[in-house]
Amino acid sequence: MFIPEASNSARYVDAAFLVIVGISVALLAGVTSVMLFLIFRYKRRRGTKAEQVEGGTALEIIWTVIPVVLVLVMFVIGERSFRLIRSAPREIMTIRVDARQWSWMFGYDNGRQSDQLRVPLGKPVKLRLSSRDVLHSFYVPAFRIKEDCVPGMETYLWFTPQQQGSFDIFCTEYCGLGHSGMLAKVVVMPEKEFDEWYAGAGAKGNRGLQLLLEKGCLGCHTTDGTLKVGPTFKGIYGRTVTVVTSGKERTITVDGDYLKRSVLDPGADIVKGFPPVMPKIPVTPEELDAIEDYLEHLR
Amino acid sequence: MPAESMTTSERSYLQEGGRFKGVFSWIFTTDHKRIGILYLASIFTFFSIGVIIGLLMRLNLIEPGRFISERTYNSLFTVHGVIQIFLFIIPGIPASFGNFFLPIHLGARDVAFPRLNIFSWWLYISGGALVILSIFLPGGAPDTGWTFYAPYSIRTTSNVSLAASGIFIVGFSSILTGLNFVTTIHRLRAPGMTWFRMPLFIWSLYATAWTQILATPVLAITLLLLILERSFGIGFFEPLKGGDPIMFEHLFWMYSHPAVYIMILPAMGVVSEIFPVFSRKNIFGYKAVAFSSLGIAFFGYLVWGHHMFTSGMSDISRVIFSLITFLVAVPSGVKVFNWIATMYKGSVRVDSPLLFCLAFIFLFSIAGLTGLIIGTLSLNLYLHGTYFIVGHFHYTMFGGAGFGFFAGLHYWFPKMFGRMFNERAAKIAWLIMFIGFNILYFSMFLLGLQGMPRRYFQYLPQFRMNHILSTVGSWILAAGLLIMFGNLIRALFRGEKAPANPWGGSTLEWTLPSPPGRENFRETPVVRGGPYTFE
Ligand code: HEM
Ligand SMILES: [Cu+2]
Ligand SMILES: [Cu+2]
Repeated sequence: MFIPEASNSARYVDAAFLVIVGISVALLAGVTSVMLFLIFRYKRRRGTKAEQVEGGTALEIIWTVIPVVLVLVMFVIGERSFRLIRSAPREIMTIRVDARQWSWMFGYDNGRQSDQLRVPLGKPVKLRLSSRDVLHSFYVPAFRIKEDCVPGMETYLWFTPQQQGSFDIFCTEYCGLGHSGMLAKVVVMPEKEFDEWYAGAGAKGNRGLQLLLEKGCLGCHTTDGTLKVGPTFKGIYGRTVTVVTSGKERTITVDGDYLKRSVLDPGADIVKGFPPVMPKIPVTPEELDAIEDYLEHLR
Repeated sequence: MPAESMTTSERSYLQEGGRFKGVFSWIFTTDHKRIGILYLASIFTFFSIGVIIGLLMRLNLIEPGRFISERTYNSLFTVHGVIQIFLFIIPGIPASFGNFFLPIHLGARDVAFPRLNIFSWWLYISGGALVILSIFLPGGAPDTGWTFYAPYSIRTTSNVSLAASGIFIVGFSSILTGLNFVTTIHRLRAPGMTWFRMPLFIWSLYATAWTQILATPVLAITLLLLILERSFGIGFFEPLKGGDPIMFEHLFWMYSHPAVYIMILPAMGVVSEIFPVFSRKNIFGYKAVAFSSLGIAFFGYLVWGHHMFTSGMSDISRVIFSLITFLVAVPSGVKVFNWIATMYKGSVRVDSPLLFCLAFIFLFSIAGLTGLIIGTLSLNLYLHGTYFIVGHFHYTMFGGAGFGFFAGLHYWFPKMFGRMFNERAAKIAWLIMFIGFNILYFSMFLLGLQGMPRRYFQYLPQFRMNHILSTVGSWILAAGLLIMFGNLIRALFRGEKAPANPWGGSTLEWTLPSPPGRENFRETPVVRGGPYTFE
């Protein structure tokens, strides 16, 4: 209709939508046209007088009972499709969805992690949702599914992707400054391609990049030069920046020490023009070295 | 024409300030009419601030980041929501028109507790001041959304506690007003004013007042817990301390859903007054309209969970909340049918108050029907948290309650201020607002169907067209609002003198001069028939 129907649940939802919108439009058109008709038919004219009609019990009953029946029909349609959308089959692949301010991470059973949700076409997938900080909500419009990610609790969603391609993931529960940038993609791939990726040699990838992903750094910083909540990492090493240190502005050139300090004590130097929102993220010295090394070479 | 001749002999409530002079004759008054006007002025002020913030948000959304930063945007929608909900639409009709007309409709000289009444306004204005203060104090304007969901609302360093305290205080004003109204309706009805001779506006205020008394304490407790948690880290809602964020949602909506009926019921009451007068006919189905108000107020308590269909709440509770939500729609439908049927065989004159009522019916029908769409469980998974919701609640609160408020404003303006406004200008303003409104908010339904999430400072390119459309609509609506308020403010100073009964109304306020005298009735009226009897 407005957007692709890319999952099994999308079919149910759109069918329910059509029926209910159909009934609604008919009701609205009915109410509006009767209203307009009465206004013109009984317009005040000289010499005519209102005829006092007090009401009618029969009418009251009719226009109570018919709406009750209609809304019950709508309820049942909604409840049926809801059941289908919520009952996951037994044989199912599960993926962990880890939400945090302001990024998504997807964890697979073999330990593989990714910032995109890669899934095989036509295979049911169950998502186990959780949050590391505040409320978030996992939403894929093309799949017509959504569920909150609640800290301290696990929730779930499932779907069978039915269309190859890549679809938007949004966070739909307000979660602070970077909420509107908390986006990702579902990538639906043919099964063979997925299997290759799943088992693939790239599974490890670059350690530094992997860490940026796992620690959630990429929720606010990018590696491609675009701006999110914080400064981009692209070309950061050697860049000259103005920072605010305990209320005073100074100009520095980014080096390894500065990078490390920024991770260990994010409040120490705030780059001018950015909000002081970066949390302290625990890292081991070895991890910090890997991150520094990656950033140093990110051109 | 006995009413006409009284005007000359008696000083109106506008001239008769009581013990004090100037401003003090207003802020220390105990006259329910003056208190009504105080509320009207304050509500108008807050509404204007809210609208300006709304326009700024729309401005950002044609080109995110160009005019407004991300941090500011998040505060804008929060403050906009808080002001429009807690300072405009909830007090809205009951505090202004309710205060002014409830005693008159009953044939009484004042409400049961006049001092408590002015105290309620003081509470309201102090709470409102705290909310406004929270925008400017260091720490930054609150940035949580008007729903204050935990744990974000606990962790943010913005002035959430201050704004929450403001709302807490405003809540008490609402409770006290409710108490005052219930008591007045029970105790101060004129001789012969039986329950079923009361105007339907009073029935709607009665149902609303009970909701104010019973539901608002839940909000007060919720906000108190939030403030305590922020100040002392107690751990009611913070999962790191064993708290439960979903409990916050339950508590919040346990008040805030019934609050939707605090907003809409009085507007329905206004509409129920206007249809008979402009059709010169008794209301169709008086009892059906009266009892449906009580029905809505009662069932309104049982549906708060429909705001939480994707919250992680159990599936069975989702099903039950969905069922009750569908049923609560029915009494509203019944009201719509009765209003329309009132025109049947009537003698209908389409003046501005009726025009606003017709717009009310159309916009509120869209609100109700889209409410059914998002009340449908499976569709909620698709549309919750998107612009579809933003469209839906603006149709309810602005298209419904807001237009009902404007209807009442035009209907009662001559009575309250003794002046007539320019009818032509009122109609033009109405048309522009109606068009602007639908462009502004209908495009939000389309955005929601495309999947655009709400509370987004920026968005992906596929949403651009509809956002631009919506912003253009906001400018048209704003132009209409300017004409409407310009027309009314001009009428305050330059309008023709209003007769006692310009619309041919049959409830008690129209037996008084415009504006009424300090004591309302010279002699307590004796009521001999129903509220809508036309010769
Ligand atoms: C010209 C008038 C108005 C405009 C242009 C306007 C615009 C907006 C916009 C664009 C949003 C969505 C922000 C977002 O989700 O990113 C919004 C939210 C909201 N509006 Fe309005 N609005 C107007 C009047 C009103 C009125 C009269 C009411 C209530 C009676 C109201 C109540 C709300 C509420 C409760 C929210 C939700 C805030 C939140 O998400 O926390 N608005 N408005
Ligand atoms: Cu978010
Ligand atoms: Cu609700």
